[in-house]
Amino acid sequence: MAEVKVFGAWGSPFSKRVEMGLKLKGVEYEYIEEDLKNKSTLLLKYNPVHKKIPVLVHNGKPISESLVILEYIDEAWEGPNILPKDPYERAKARFWAKFIDEKCVPPMWKACWSIGEEREKAKEEASEALKFLENEINGQKFFGGDTIGLVDIAANFIGYWFPITEEIVGLELMTQDKYPNLSKWAYEYCNCSFVKENLPPNDKLVEIFKGIIQAQPASN
Amino acid sequence: MAADEVKVLGSWSSPFVLRARIALNIKCVEYEFLEETFVSKSDLLLKSNPVYKKFPVFIHGGRPICESLIIVQYVDEVWASGPAILPSDPYDRANARFWATYIDDKWHPSVRAILMADGEEAKKAAALEEANKGLALLEDTFRKCSKGQKFFGGDKIGYLDIALGGFLVWVRVIQILRNVSLIDESKTPNLLKWAQHFSDDAAVKDVLPETQRLLEFAKFYVAKVKATGNN
Repeated sequence: MAEVKVFGAWGSPFSKRVEMGLKLKGVEYEYIEEDLKNKSTLLLKYNPVHKKIPVLVHNGKPISESLVILEYIDEAWEGPNILPKDPYERAKARFWAKFIDEKCVPPMWKACWSIGEEREKAKEEASEALKFLENEINGQKFFGGDTIGLVDIAANFIGYWFPITEEIVGLELMTQDKYPNLSKWAYEYCNCSFVKENLPPNDKLVEIFKGIIQAQPASN
Repeated sequence: MAADEVKVLGSWSSPFVLRARIALNIKCVEYEFLEETFVSKSDLLLKSNPVYKKFPVFIHGGRPICESLIIVQYVDEVWASGPAILPSDPYDRANARFWATYIDDKWHPSVRAILMADGEEAKKAAALEEANKGLALLEDTFRKCSKGQKFFGGDKIGYLDIALGGFLVWVRVIQILRNVSLIDESKTPNLLKWAQHFSDDAAVKDVLPETQRLLEFAKFYVAKVKATGNN
């Protein structure tokens, strides 16, 4: 029986975060792809509270919530640090990772898939949130410094998924003019070999997003 | 400010501020408590927490840290020689973090919704159902974590005790104000016992708000939020 299992979905940034964390530590794992429209009994048993992916199962014990899982991975295995060692830097990393999940991802995703006033409102919210990240990255190669850390992993949606989606839906939010630091970070991030190996294929994502557009009611 | 000077910006009434203060008490760390009001926020607060503009803000040697659970973990890591707040085993730590996140993301909003449902019976009932579902999960979690001892953390207060305990007096106040039952003998007997142990703990009892004072504040708070649409 594999010691480490990941229940995930190939297109999910949250799922990919967990895989990135494990790969950073060089941990071998069994990956189980979940059909989100027909979740397995095992997934529901391992995450009865939220019934969601990703779930990490280590020696039969399940852990849910991608940021909680990443901290676990950092503590359970030796290898490159996911979080910094210094307590103040750790607090900052936790703060920005949480900020990304609470204040960036929801309005950014909403801005992609809504129309009219709802889209404008989401765009504004996302723009404001991204300004904080723009200031935070401030000329560093990664949020983690010279190497990828918790915040970079948490920001995978911003670095990879969002630019792809943004282009397909015709939303101009995270432009190079408005966010030069973030744009540079996204470029470094997506081109860093470690990250490149752990991203879902661009064309497959594009196919899914175009499918979502076609399924939507016609916009005015 | 001296390199080791500690300040907490917040309000006596805030469950989130309470978490930070309990953590500091557990570690016997002296700190200056700078009371903020709800009427207007101080320049120091706005400068230290430009992202959320909220308290608690924890300032250590001039450097600010925000978000109560992040503050508690910071306190645990910096004053590592004091009693541990998070468990030592990585899986237990993950479990504690999971449930603390659940309390903040899922449970607290439903409890707040009960508080804000002044005269709106249907909304109150829906929020109450959600809050009680959450408490049933937490009752079960308590049984598993405590292993027969007084706290989620075992024989002493830990991370999850602090996460939930911060809300304790608010729970009592909401039960009175909205005439509902949240933590009680029939539904959550273990949490009821835990609540008493938590309130009596040395690190908690001097900073826990008085129920009557919080009850009066709650009425003012609800009115203010409804009037301005802000918190």
